[in-house]
Amino acid sequence: MTATPPIDAGREQRPPTGTGLPSAGPVAELRGATLQYGSRTLWSDLNLRIEAGEFIAVLGSNGSGKTSLLRVLLGEQDLTEGSAQIAGEPVRRGSEMVGYIPQRVGIDTGAMVKARDVVRMGLDGHRWGLPILFGRRRRELRRIVDDMLAAVGATSFADAPVSLLSGGELQRIRVAEAMGCDPALLICDEPLAALDLRHQEEVAALIDQRRREQNTAVIFVTHEINPVLQYVDRVLYLAGGRFRLGPPDEVMTSASLSALYGAPVDVISAHGRLVVVAANDMTAGLHQSLDDHPHDGHGQLHGTHDHGTHDPADRSGWRK
Amino acid sequence: MSSLWERMFSFQDYGALLALVHNSIIAGALLGLVGGLVGVFVMLRDLSFAVHGISELSFAGASAALLFGVNVVAGSVAGSLIAAFIFGLLGVRARERSSVIAVLMPFGLGLGVLFVSLYKGRSANKLGPLLGQIVAVDNPQLVWLSVISVVVLGALAIIWRPLMFASIDPEIASARGVPVRALSPVFMIVLGLAVAMSVQIVGALLVLALLVTPAAAAMRVTASSLWVPVLSTLFGITAVVGGILLAVGGTLPISPYVTTISFAIYCVCRVIGAQRSRRGWSRRPAMVDA
Repeated sequence: MTATPPIDAGREQRPPTGTGLPSAGPVAELRGATLQYGSRTLWSDLNLRIEAGEFIAVLGSNGSGKTSLLRVLLGEQDLTEGSAQIAGEPVRRGSEMVGYIPQRVGIDTGAMVKARDVVRMGLDGHRWGLPILFGRRRRELRRIVDDMLAAVGATSFADAPVSLLSGGELQRIRVAEAMGCDPALLICDEPLAALDLRHQEEVAALIDQRRREQNTAVIFVTHEINPVLQYVDRVLYLAGGRFRLGPPDEVMTSASLSALYGAPVDVISAHGRLVVVAANDMTAGLHQSLDDHPHDGHGQLHGTHDHGTHDPADRSGWRK
Repeated sequence: MSSLWERMFSFQDYGALLALVHNSIIAGALLGLVGGLVGVFVMLRDLSFAVHGISELSFAGASAALLFGVNVVAGSVAGSLIAAFIFGLLGVRARERSSVIAVLMPFGLGLGVLFVSLYKGRSANKLGPLLGQIVAVDNPQLVWLSVISVVVLGALAIIWRPLMFASIDPEIASARGVPVRALSPVFMIVLGLAVAMSVQIVGALLVLALLVTPAAAAMRVTASSLWVPVLSTLFGITAVVGGILLAVGGTLPISPYVTTISFAIYCVCRVIGAQRSRRGWSRRPAMVDA
């Protein structure tokens, strides 16, 4: 057993916000970033500055490099060209500056581990040694974990084994787990996948709450922008080796996405929700096509959108 | 009928017999401790099948050692480590690992049978590595087993937290800088050593009773990060030491006693666990809104 540093070292070094950054610079920055697998270019010359408190949604079809982008920021994937920095320093794996909420919803279903212990792992699970503390330090840790559980509304199931939690409950626990290092940047890889609509909204609101209260920047990969649309500052839309970056009302337009895909795409706004549809077979493989998350309970919306809300004449300009 | 009973349980000259097997009892207690703790991770990492696979190769190693007249513990440790190394190397994904284990396991068992058949010594020694034995723990062996225990317990004490993190939530663990990939072969080695120990006492075929059953039983009744390892260890020690104490008087091998106690504990825990899930695990109101 090695001598354990203070339970909460990562937190005490900085005030409880992203404001303890070395300078007022961006939380994360990609410069001239290019990622290739063999001859295939996922994206190239990507420049992205993520400021404290900013919420960036990353969209794009399967295989467009969304998850790879997050892996770059996590220090688990090297760029082919360009640089990636977190808080002014090159990205590295295990940085205390980033929290990660991964795609997989289910922790292994047989895991007989209390929700509280999973949250605690986010705090000190990466340190060597036994998880045994005594006296004041034990009470201190207990209090911190209780606070973290309360912050995500998980107090009532804190002592339940994670194998018995619902998908929404589990994702709350993992939000708390990801917050263990008090990150300045929260990296979310489809944390809403396989949740029903109500839980999607709850978990999205939870992440937004953290952003507002702690000024944490959020980069959020998603197939489905609607649950987070109200929180999004900027959208990074990846497709076919190119990208669009800007506020949702600039990027999520028919003209912008059609230019990005090089083929006609309709963006339809209905009841405060955005629906992206392929205007012909060429673009039928876009994100939010019918085969995406068919289990998420409202996938059928994509197919039953109201064509009356947009002007089919818009399309004339796209046909060569 | 009474003769069967006497073969199973006999307490004549019990004190004298106990003196003969005190090495075994110490070894058994160590084994219960190691098996109970390692078993927690076997359960969390879903490695039950790997345990069985390693134990068959450990048996091959032990019987080879018997045949060539070298230290049997060293032989079973060598077999275990080779198996753990191969499984760790070839089977990264669970599905892949299962097939690698299924291919190697009968090969190991076959080798073991070959070595045992070629062995010309006392026939009672032959089945020892397969079915277990009690009187076999002599002083040098006890030293070996103690050293292995210390290595395993020391390694677990160091890697406990990151291994737990990597076992339960590998993606977040990796993002937090836990060496998830490196921990996997490290744990396989720890597991291999624990299996090699178990093979000495309960035999290769019954290793699961010590490396899986106690932890599985504990996880039926609690999810506490403290009580799972504590109960698992207690169950393991109860099964081995209890099994030895019962087996001493009779003329049967030790393994049926150990496995029966282990299984009985598991059954009791299942019943308690079932009652507990009916009552509900937490203060959470039983999902009124869902």
